[in-house]
Amino acid sequence: MSRPEDTLAADIHYDDVEARKYTTSSRIQNIQASMTRRALELLNLKSPSLILDIGCGSGLSGEILSSVPEEEGGPHVWVGMDISASMLDVALQRDVEGDLLLADIGQGVPFRAGAFDAAISISAIQWLCNAENSETSPAGRLSRFFNGLYASLKRGGMAICQFYPKNDVQKQMITAAAVKAGFGAGLLEDDPDTKNVKVYLVLTVGSSAVANRGGDITGVVDGMDNVDVLDGRKKGKGGKGEIKKGSKAWIVKKKEQMERKGKVVKATSKYTGRKRRIQF
Amino acid sequence: MKVLTLNFLTCAVKSCKSSSDSFPLHPKDAELVSDDVNLNPQLLVNLLPRIDWNALRTTSTELGFPQLPEQPPSAEELEADEKMLKDLHTLLMETQINEGKLVCGHCGHEYAVREGIANFLLPSHLV
Repeated sequence: MSRPEDTLAADIHYDDVEARKYTTSSRIQNIQASMTRRALELLNLKSPSLILDIGCGSGLSGEILSSVPEEEGGPHVWVGMDISASMLDVALQRDVEGDLLLADIGQGVPFRAGAFDAAISISAIQWLCNAENSETSPAGRLSRFFNGLYASLKRGGMAICQFYPKNDVQKQMITAAAVKAGFGAGLLEDDPDTKNVKVYLVLTVGSSAVANRGGDITGVVDGMDNVDVLDGRKKGKGGKGEIKKGSKAWIVKKKEQMERKGKVVKATSKYTGRKRRIQF
Repeated sequence: MKVLTLNFLTCAVKSCKSSSDSFPLHPKDAELVSDDVNLNPQLLVNLLPRIDWNALRTTSTELGFPQLPEQPPSAEELEADEKMLKDLHTLLMETQINEGKLVCGHCGHEYAVREGIANFLLPSHLV
């Protein structure tokens, strides 16, 4: 079965019929609900907050935000953005408590700086990886979205975006755009390497969002069971060797090695490893 | 669309980003409704420092409400004064725009509001 974003644009795919099917399907309701709860767990909000729901659709996740009990820091007030008028119509019919905005997140996030405590997005941002027309590129849409999101979150705020990447390229594209916008970014994968893998993009604004581990993004999952941290970032000069291959120091080291072996080696002078004129 | 959201919403047009006139958006031909929302004092205290009080005064005057005081209440004042809390709650959370337009003070672009949903889809030449 092909992915919906490969066939049509988001606002055309989610017409009235599809919007009804999506919202009334109990399977979808359950999956969306569990992903929203997981995102809330990652956000770890201690008090009622103003949350931006990106790609809110018919308000499935918004309803959960509005009904977080007081002991768990709720209930929250949310503002939702979605590109499909049909989905928002269904949200109106379900009488959701959040404010709804008909908007394209690829055009930006039209709120003033530091407006929101947190942002949540369930199954939405993969739609940004497709360009609907020749005037926009996925990279352009992604960068406009993440820049807008960064500005509209308060310092110390967090955003959790669950999305369905088609492949690793999309994962890289999205994470790179987020980092470029200034976020601290990490990907959390639930049930990795299974068909049911769920990918969450965890974003922090400023290091004060994560109080442990010196403000590093990996502190978000501190204290969570069953989470392995794989840190792919380079750690500067590694353990293997500090001398860069091809440099003068390396050449001199090699000459000493050869001399020890008993080979004939020219004397080291100021011309050793000198940058030559480019021959071609 | 709650008055609270209007306090955070700006014009989405790219050229308006650097201007201070693009916030707040000015309601035009606005039809208001009153919705019953549970009072959440914690939330109001949490949001108070982030609310742009001058913008709130502008918006509430434009919607036809009596002028708000010049200085915002502090967090302690708000927690102590039940009436102020209720009034702020009624203004921010329960007063909602159902129909009308939101106009940008800088570029003049009008965003339509239908059934409480504001249409922020921009034609590509404005993005």
